[in-house]
Amino acid sequence: MARSKDKTESPLIKGEKLALTMGGRTVVEHVDIAISPGEIVTLIGPNGAGKTTLVRLLLGLVSPDEGVLSRAPGLTIGYVPQRFQLDATIPLTVERFLKLSSRGSENDMGALLEEVGAGHLKDAQVSTLSGGEFQRVVLAKALMGNPQLLVLDEPVQNVDFSGEAELYQLIETIRDTRGCGILLVSHNLHVVLGASDRVVCLNHHVCCSGVPETVAKHPEYERLFGTKAAQAFAIYSHHHDHEHGLSGEVEDGHGH
Amino acid sequence: MFDDFLLRAMIAGVGVAIIAAPLGCFIVWRRMAYFGATIAHSGLLGVAVGLLLAIDLTIGVIAVALALGAILTLLQRSTTLPQDTILGILAHVALAGGLIAASALGGTRFDLMGYLFGDILAVSERDILWIYGGGAAILAVTAWIWRPLLAISVHEELARAEGVNAARASAVFMLLLAFTVALAMKLVGILLIASLLVIPAAAARPFSSTPEKMAFIAAGLAGTSVIGGMAASLWLDTPAGPTIVMVMALIFLVSFLCGSLRGRR
Repeated sequence: MARSKDKTESPLIKGEKLALTMGGRTVVEHVDIAISPGEIVTLIGPNGAGKTTLVRLLLGLVSPDEGVLSRAPGLTIGYVPQRFQLDATIPLTVERFLKLSSRGSENDMGALLEEVGAGHLKDAQVSTLSGGEFQRVVLAKALMGNPQLLVLDEPVQNVDFSGEAELYQLIETIRDTRGCGILLVSHNLHVVLGASDRVVCLNHHVCCSGVPETVAKHPEYERLFGTKAAQAFAIYSHHHDHEHGLSGEVEDGHGH
Repeated sequence: MFDDFLLRAMIAGVGVAIIAAPLGCFIVWRRMAYFGATIAHSGLLGVAVGLLLAIDLTIGVIAVALALGAILTLLQRSTTLPQDTILGILAHVALAGGLIAASALGGTRFDLMGYLFGDILAVSERDILWIYGGGAAILAVTAWIWRPLLAISVHEELARAEGVNAARASAVFMLLLAFTVALAMKLVGILLIASLLVIPAAAARPFSSTPEKMAFIAAGLAGTSVIGGMAASLWLDTPAGPTIVMVMALIFLVSFLCGSLRGRR
């Protein structure tokens, strides 16, 4: 587990004192967040806590009312949006869908699809894919052109339970092999925390942040997610240390 | 066996059909059929404005279409009303304004039926030159904007996060639509241009595996409909424009049945 980081490396993206008000409601306030190369930062928080809004701020899709957002010069971002279902009105093969990106060459496509375990889907129509297959394809598209930062908003939604663990495994592998920074948004606590280098717990403001173990013990975290969740994490993180060497088995356990 | 005017009409009609087909695909993909109809309807007001200000009619049509697009964008930002309601208001206001202007100008200066239904049999060689010259420009710009426009049609925020300039692509698309309506309405009429945008694209969908194939198939079907419709109108002695629409509808029906038989792709 590559959890030790070169802390001197400057962040890919950094938000300071970010605030945004929408329709008279303060959605995000006083948020400090930074993602460095090779780091998995997980953003957790209850529904309606402003997670997706913060992601949209970081991606530059909306401008903050207050605060400063700085990006590394020439930063490239791969994005997997939340609840993304493609309309069957547009005829798209998986291959053509990947080519929508302005980045990356067509030669990369086959290898990318193999990497996310969707190599056999190259000529399939995107609208016919299952939830899990589609998430892999969207992930492959996000990886086109080898971006420095990956932003994944609830990447396991619409994915069945066994596929979930596999997908998180894949995300860790991508970080390890490519060394890109990853911002992961999730409310699926126990699976996510083990893979994260840092956790930011958001409820409009940053409640607490730090390494997963610290966050899980933080009183604010317990208050937001309940004591049970905090204990469940403690059990999981113990479990995870043992499971890591057996990742092959986990993969074998999954099948259609 | 064909008279010259028939040949000219077919050449012009096929040209318009081919120009409109790729734009029509985007209208179908982006669920903007009503927007296409609204822009087409605004053409009437555009002609009236052009006549009143004594400027070139094409410029009048484009100006009104763009103003309508701007009003639509503004209204969308500042109300909670759904887009189709706003379009419903704009389309009818534009049509009513056009009709009032038409009656003020008088029938001799404003051939209302001609603009609504077109007069494809009255096409001159100069018109053909305009269609093919302007059409080549429209197709070239369509090809240039194709990738970003397709990316935002699939998922706008995803495209923007990857650096696609969505505002520019949308604006260019609106401009292309306005130009197409301006170019085509005198020949094929407002009602025919609206159906040339939507029906061939819808008919092409079941036979297409990629967006590009859909655009080419739509262009082919649209061109076929124009030729078939004009032949049928000659044979049945029916008005040309509406007969073309009927032939398109027939092709759509066949495509729909084929698509249903093969299951959804």
